[in-house]
Amino acid sequence: MNLNLTLIAQALAFASLIWLIATFIWPPLLRAIEERQQKIAEGLAAADRAKADLAAADERADAEIQTARAKASEILDRAHAQANQILEKAKADAIAEGSRQKALAENEVTAMVQSARQDLRAQLGSLAVLGAEKIVKREIDAAAHRALIEELAGEI
Amino acid sequence: MVVDTELTPTSYIQHHLQNLTMPVGEGTFFTLHMDTLITSVFMGLLMVLLFWLATRKATAGVPGKWQAFVEILLEFVDKQARDTYQGTSKLVTPIAITLFFWILLMNMMKFIPADFIAKPLELLGVNYWKPVPTADVNATLGMSISVFFLMLFFGLRGKGLGGFTRDFLTTPFGKWMLPFNLILNIVEWVSKPISLAMRLFGNMFGGEIVFLLIWVLGGAGLLGLLGGATFGLGWMIFHILVVPLQAFIFMMLSIVYLSLSEESH
Repeated sequence: MNLNLTLIAQALAFASLIWLIATFIWPPLLRAIEERQQKIAEGLAAADRAKADLAAADERADAEIQTARAKASEILDRAHAQANQILEKAKADAIAEGSRQKALAENEVTAMVQSARQDLRAQLGSLAVLGAEKIVKREIDAAAHRALIEELAGEI
Repeated sequence: MVVDTELTPTSYIQHHLQNLTMPVGEGTFFTLHMDTLITSVFMGLLMVLLFWLATRKATAGVPGKWQAFVEILLEFVDKQARDTYQGTSKLVTPIAITLFFWILLMNMMKFIPADFIAKPLELLGVNYWKPVPTADVNATLGMSISVFFLMLFFGLRGKGLGGFTRDFLTTPFGKWMLPFNLILNIVEWVSKPISLAMRLFGNMFGGEIVFLLIWVLGGAGLLGLLGGATFGLGWMIFHILVVPLQAFIFMMLSIVYLSLSEESH
């Protein structure tokens, strides 16, 4: 327990060591540590940001797909409607054409019937005359028969 | 001094507890303990060198192995210092780092058996060599008195001369009990560095004596050699605990004292 100058020398050494540590060791190391912390924090923030960006992009893509799908179905609907319309129109046209043709044919038929009837009537007249001539050749009362035949012909 | 011709256990132990002295002036005060100084300065420079190897190329990117290790060590001390010290000084962490690792390295000289150092030096003509600087009261008091002045500095810096004086005179009993406050504060301020120094010195000195006793036993025949080796191992394992613990206590109490002296009552 003999105190001597060593004490002061030790104190001086202590002071110098503190100075060395405080100047050359701790500040650069602390700076490096803090810089690294900063970097890590930035990295984590960037990762978070990227995640958020990705989610937003996903959402946007979903929305885009949704609208595209809606547009597509709308187009499809319109096409269907148009097709139906065309079909309807074609059907109506066909029906109209058919009925026109039918009317035409009917007219023709009636005209033919009419002419046939005319012919028939004419032939029937001569036939009746011929028949009447035959009857008249064995005549009883030509005048009386003529009135009868005319009445007959008028009925046709 | 000459080595005793007759080697007894007492003379052996006394011999190993003798410092290598060098007078530098008149009177007993003006001598230097060369062993303490050389070992402690060597250990201090070793500490700075080892840390400097890590911080010389300190990078914020991926740290090297040694840098990572030093970062862990220093951050541990820094965390202790910051948890305890609430003030603003940037100097507290370097003080804590210096105290902890310097004392740790000095204490670790204990792990080298005394004669491993003393015998080769004796052959070189150095008769006395006390290898553990912290087992020299001059070293521990030198540090604790430095801490004392740092406490004064922190107190004056934190509170100003007026505030410091007022706190010194009026706490803890109020201004009407001024003399008692004065006495109490003086006792408190003086006891802090002394207790700090004595705790470390006592632990290291006591441990050193027990080591020397074990080495005496180791010199007593074959059975003694076995006993000395066994006890030496046990005591060393115990000191693996004591050495960092004492360094840690010295550091922590210094920070606590610095923190206390800075904050107002």
